Amino acid sequence: MSTLIATRASLRAELLRLRKWPAVWVILAAWLLLTTLFGYVFDYVSYSTGSTTFATDGVGRALLLADLLPAHAPHVLVQGMPMFGGALMMVFGAIVAGNGYGWGTWKTVLTQGPSRTATTLGSLGALTVFIVGTVLASLALCLALSLGVAGLGSQPVVWPAVTDVLTSFGVGLLVLEMWALAGWFLGTLVRGAALSVGFGLVWALVLENLLRGVGTLLSPVEAFTKITPGTGAGSLVGWLVGTGGPDSTPGVLNELGLAAALAVVCSYLVLLPLAALTLMRRRDVA
Amino acid sequence: MVTNDADSVVATTDLTKRYGRGERARTAVDRVSMTVRRGEVYGFLGPNGAGKTTTLRMMVGLVRPTAGQVEVLGHPAGASAATTRLGALIEGPGFFPYLSGRDNLRVVARYRGLSDRAADQALDRVDLSARAGDRFKSYSLGMKQRLGVAAALMSEPDVVVLDEPTNGLDPGGMAEMRRLVVHLAAGGQTVLLSSHLLDEVQAICDRVGVIHEGRLLRESTVSDLRGTTSLHVRGTPVEDTLAVAMVIAGEDQVRLDGATVVLDTPAERAPELARRLVEHGVDVHEISRRERSLEEVFFELTATKELEAVQ
Repeated sequence: MSTLIATRASLRAELLRLRKWPAVWVILAAWLLLTTLFGYVFDYVSYSTGSTTFATDGVGRALLLADLLPAHAPHVLVQGMPMFGGALMMVFGAIVAGNGYGWGTWKTVLTQGPSRTATTLGSLGALTVFIVGTVLASLALCLALSLGVAGLGSQPVVWPAVTDVLTSFGVGLLVLEMWALAGWFLGTLVRGAALSVGFGLVWALVLENLLRGVGTLLSPVEAFTKITPGTGAGSLVGWLVGTGGPDSTPGVLNELGLAAALAVVCSYLVLLPLAALTLMRRRDVA
Repeated sequence: MVTNDADSVVATTDLTKRYGRGERARTAVDRVSMTVRRGEVYGFLGPNGAGKTTTLRMMVGLVRPTAGQVEVLGHPAGASAATTRLGALIEGPGFFPYLSGRDNLRVVARYRGLSDRAADQALDRVDLSARAGDRFKSYSLGMKQRLGVAAALMSEPDVVVLDEPTNGLDPGGMAEMRRLVVHLAAGGQTVLLSSHLLDEVQAICDRVGVIHEGRLLRESTVSDLRGTTSLHVRGTPVEDTLAVAMVIAGEDQVRLDGATVVLDTPAERAPELARRLVEHGVDVHEISRRERSLEEVFFELTATKELEAVQ
């Protein structure tokens, strides 16, 4: 079995088992629910009632409405990705790789013929297919909800520029894929789902923020925070949607410029699968 | 370089696996050299913790040897060319708990490049079709084990490695598994069977390897391992019985076990023995043929090893 054929076989097998895994759909549903609530529902309620939330504090009503209309959908698509979307996709990646050790399924998979390289590439490929699907579903949801807001507010429908949609889609894909790969790597590193999910969430939601705080006092720490995945993802999204001062969306940053943010995120997109592949190829599977 | 006979499908040379380093190092498998030949059912025997499963893991490429070599079908263990022609159930079945039995086998079929029909046929083979749609996590231990065997057999592999395949099976299931293994061998497939159920191994294996504390103590055919048969005679008077027995089998081959005279001689000599005893006026109460069971041999081998270790 050539590596290409074996990778294709592994991809088909992984897609089947992921497609039928309720946990995958729960994670997708959770992300879509968060996007709906934080991207549209809270802001729309705020707009329609005139009240303010942490996300709308200081924002004018007209501006608030404009943010909810179709033209702004590409921004809403990605603004929750550096933190919440990324964290959820990291959980996804971690359970895809990590649970196989507890269930003994890696043991089964690795004795079926495809090499470890082909098996790893197949699993990462299936993960990527689901990330692409997640970003597409998110985009569709954002456009549908923004159309709904336009209809409710009797606003003219102005579609976003195709380039804006494509840019936003690309940024979202890079960010979510990076976190999913980080989860897959962690799940492989610790050979389990629970520990990798725990480590990953603490890192993404707590440690990176703390380090950025400490970095303002210690320059070596600050230099380190410039190359962390959260900084790269947050800055990439920050470049796209802007960072509106202290009340901007959590996780969206202006720490790095576009080139630097892209370099950081793309570095992780290359290094994480390589590291995971190296681990998979070299280690014993109990 | 592994050097074994041309008919071997699995061959190990000084296969060694050590865990840990320095004073904490533990040798799980110690210079094991064994050969499994084409078309045979090879029994791999040993108590729990003897190193059976670690050896099998190295054979299927899950674990990398610390030293030594293992070849499967002429290829290094774990190479794609070897694993595509090998089916394995190692230390219990590993399946996705949220998938049905059928979907689990379909996943395996996709990895092997087979159609979904192969999964259905494999389910039929282990009599699981009726529960194929149920989730794996709802299966009993025996059903899980059968699904594992079904996965191992799915692509009609040249070599089937089954690690304790009857674990969790009821007596009916165990008998069915034995029939399945015999059927596989009859069809030309090579079966490497690890078990601590010695009756099971004795009944279905052509050759066995006995491993204890990581070392291969013996590798031979089941009949060679069990040795020659013995004849047990009860006759009166015992002294005359003993004298006749010594004439038949030779003095060194006869011993007295209580009132029973034991002759280490082929069973074919029983009629001659009976005739001579009668000619010498011995009242013959019983002549029976006895064979050492594999269990007796196994305990002799492992006990000897433990005794050596103590001394």
